[in-house]
Amino acid sequence: MPESPTPAAAVQVIDVVRDYPRPRTSLLRPAPVVHALRGVSLEVKQGERFGIVGESGCGKSTLLRLIAALDRPTSGQILVEGNEITDLPERRLRFLRENLQLVFQDPMSSLDPRMRVRDIIAEPLVVQGHPASRERVLELLDAVGLSSDAGDRYPHQFSGGQRQRISIARALAPRPRILIADEPVSALDVSVRAQVLNLISDLVDELNLTLIFVSHDLSVVKHVCDRVAVMNAGQIVETGPTGDVYAAPQHPYTQRLVSAIPTLERALSGATTADLLAKGETA
Amino acid sequence: MRRLNPSLVAGGVIVGVIALMALLSFVWTPYDATLVNPSGRLAMPSWEHWFGTDKFGRDVFSQIMVGSRTTLFVGVVAVGVAAVIGVPLGVLAAMTPRWPSELIMRTNDLMLAFPALLLAIMFGAVFGASTLTAMVAIGIASVPSFARVIRSGALQVMRTEYVLAARAAGRKPFPIAARHVLPNVTSLITVQASVSFAIAVLAEAALSFLGYGTPPPTPSWGRMLQESQEFLFSAPRLAVFPGIAIAVAVLGFNLLGDGLRDRFDPKLEDRR
Amino acid sequence: MTPDVLTVQGLNVSVRDTQLVSDVDLTVGPGERVGLIGESGSGKSLTALSILGLLPDDVVPSGSVRLTGIDHDLIGADERALSRIRGRDLAMVFQEPMTALNPTMRIGDQIAESMLIHHTQPTRTAARAAAADLLDRVQLPADLLRAYPHQLSGGQRQRIVLAIALANDPALLICDEPTTALDVTVQALVLDLIVQGVLARSSALLFITHDLAVVATVCERVLVMYGGRVVESGPVHEVFTNPRHRYTQGLLAASNLEAAAPASGRTNLQAGTASRPRLTTIPGTVPAAGHFPSGCVFRNRCTHATDLCATTPAWSGTPTTGYACHHPAGASHA
Repeated sequence: MPESPTPAAAVQVIDVVRDYPRPRTSLLRPAPVVHALRGVSLEVKQGERFGIVGESGCGKSTLLRLIAALDRPTSGQILVEGNEITDLPERRLRFLRENLQLVFQDPMSSLDPRMRVRDIIAEPLVVQGHPASRERVLELLDAVGLSSDAGDRYPHQFSGGQRQRISIARALAPRPRILIADEPVSALDVSVRAQVLNLISDLVDELNLTLIFVSHDLSVVKHVCDRVAVMNAGQIVETGPTGDVYAAPQHPYTQRLVSAIPTLERALSGATTADLLAKGETA
Repeated sequence: MRRLNPSLVAGGVIVGVIALMALLSFVWTPYDATLVNPSGRLAMPSWEHWFGTDKFGRDVFSQIMVGSRTTLFVGVVAVGVAAVIGVPLGVLAAMTPRWPSELIMRTNDLMLAFPALLLAIMFGAVFGASTLTAMVAIGIASVPSFARVIRSGALQVMRTEYVLAARAAGRKPFPIAARHVLPNVTSLITVQASVSFAIAVLAEAALSFLGYGTPPPTPSWGRMLQESQEFLFSAPRLAVFPGIAIAVAVLGFNLLGDGLRDRFDPKLEDRR
Repeated sequence: MTPDVLTVQGLNVSVRDTQLVSDVDLTVGPGERVGLIGESGSGKSLTALSILGLLPDDVVPSGSVRLTGIDHDLIGADERALSRIRGRDLAMVFQEPMTALNPTMRIGDQIAESMLIHHTQPTRTAARAAAADLLDRVQLPADLLRAYPHQLSGGQRQRIVLAIALANDPALLICDEPTTALDVTVQALVLDLIVQGVLARSSALLFITHDLAVVATVCERVLVMYGGRVVESGPVHEVFTNPRHRYTQGLLAASNLEAAAPASGRTNLQAGTASRPRLTTIPGTVPAAGHFPSGCVFRNRCTHATDLCATTPAWSGTPTTGYACHHPAGASHA
């Protein structure tokens, strides 16, 4: 692997392995190990919208945490904008903490219930020693489509979709270049999901962000992303332009995944539940 | 929307009355609580002496009033010591990686196994019997239960995505503890404090009864109980009044704790 | 015409002063698969729980719920009468497979028990044999009979729950978001097992979900709920291709990710030429329960709302196919 990556790569993951020890079951035998990631490599270019698709337990959340340096790989390298972050101590990760931000899945647990919305949004600014001006918070609230009085209220006073907007505002506060969204719409109502997807899409365009969008739902990823990596059992089984992967999946797992997604279009043209199982056996 | 729950009201009223009584005793009591009156010993309850007098002719009601000060003092010191040591320990145990965390919690378990009263008696023997030493000892003995409760609460907070978001924004561990973990375990602290308060009141009574608590002549409900034992058959009321006072105070703090838990814990509220 | 398996008429559900479900009429014919679709706060789950008599104590239903073969109304029936019906004539599968099974009982015993309670199998031996057969029907190996729930995956557990629900050949199976907690590939199998299960027994199915595509795949007829009311109902194909209520129309548009496939060669939005298609949205958010507007429940989010919408719209159409909207969509090209 090249030591100095091409300057174009926003995120480069090289042969990353992450093992977790499980609690010991015996005093004599070594603790059992869970292989969350088994040699994952991928490259996300600057300004790209990159999707990661997989089912629960496939390792996609572990991968995100490693890219955000919230966890360390067992082996392998991770480079963000050309800087290797794998073994950097927390105090030398400042560039990452400013340039890479996350939006999480659960709109209930992603906002501190004891903090006012304006303090939540200002938190990344305060942490990094920037003046958390009132104007900046109002600007962010406006950018995500919330009224300016929202800043004075607490998270529980908002609906799920509004909370996800607050999360997005917080992530954008330090003007990051890379946005990682971990299942940002899977807990939302259908009628609100479209609004949040549009918002993310607009902001990524306006702010020229690199987006890494993780979801279990290939049809959502297909709408949002240019390229997608399909993960299964700690490995990437297929990577490619989303349209191609969706239309002509190559790997058997991807084929099974694509065929299992119920869509209105297929259902209305007469597809039954048996057709969801058409290709291959389920795991 | 929110209905006041009965235990919160009842507990609040009881604790409030005790606090008022303690405050009032600084400016007014029916009699001087320590005034010995040989001519009026062991008097029955009457209009002059509501709860009667003890073997030295001291007014029992006045002693109960002044004794409530000891009770509150005891609670505040013991809970204060327990919380000041136990809360940081619990948060620390939740935030540190495996080994330090294990060490803290196993030491904690060891202390939990050590009888609190024995510790207090040892303290009394070494530093001399006083309300303060007894209470510091009870406080230290209450540290493990505090640490345990706070650790489990803090662990939950550490797993939330807002803590993850704070870490991703570059917050360091200490500010995360101060900004996110502590505010979200305050309800646990309140509840644990009120339970520890009740335990401390009981422990002070027991220690005074054994002669390791509040030294005479300072009135204390536990000491009153101890002094009453020689008259247990001839004048049982001397045991009954402080006994009831202790029982009511403990009940009050427990009710308050239950009430506060229900008030602050939205999960519990949903379940009902 | 054969009588309906389930007939719900004028169902209202309220908690203290808040009305959560209003005026729900709903029928499920023999062997029919009916979908009940709605977002959070739509009242779809409360409707299911009212039919089952499983509402919490302070939530009060009124109206009428009749089940074929049962000579009394299920609303207001006492717990003993209901417990004879539940699990025998009326079975259910809920969303959460993790808590639906008793963790201290073996799988085989739990399936057998459901038959012994209602005396549909004469002896324990017969019940066990039937349990093994049911396990086979949900495509699980027979050695799982001796396993405990924690040894199973979520999908396997949901299949066990389904096996228990189908054990007594119920007249009606109610599924409340049965696959929402499952992965897509597992969902496909569980959905297929549900459909095969009800087809094999000629049971009726009431399928509750927020997922339009799932309903379209599983059901023949659908009711759309919003704000505690049924706003539209009809055959799946008709409702989903020619929606009349503005909410149904908006919901279909908002969930249509297919029409809005990404185009190549993005340009900056600020330049004014967005090449990436945007999703159609419904403005605003779903109000909290009890905070829906009076009259038409959708009028505060509806772009077609007028003053007329402050009055509750009447039902247009037949009891099973129709809508409640003052300004229905597709009036011209229907």
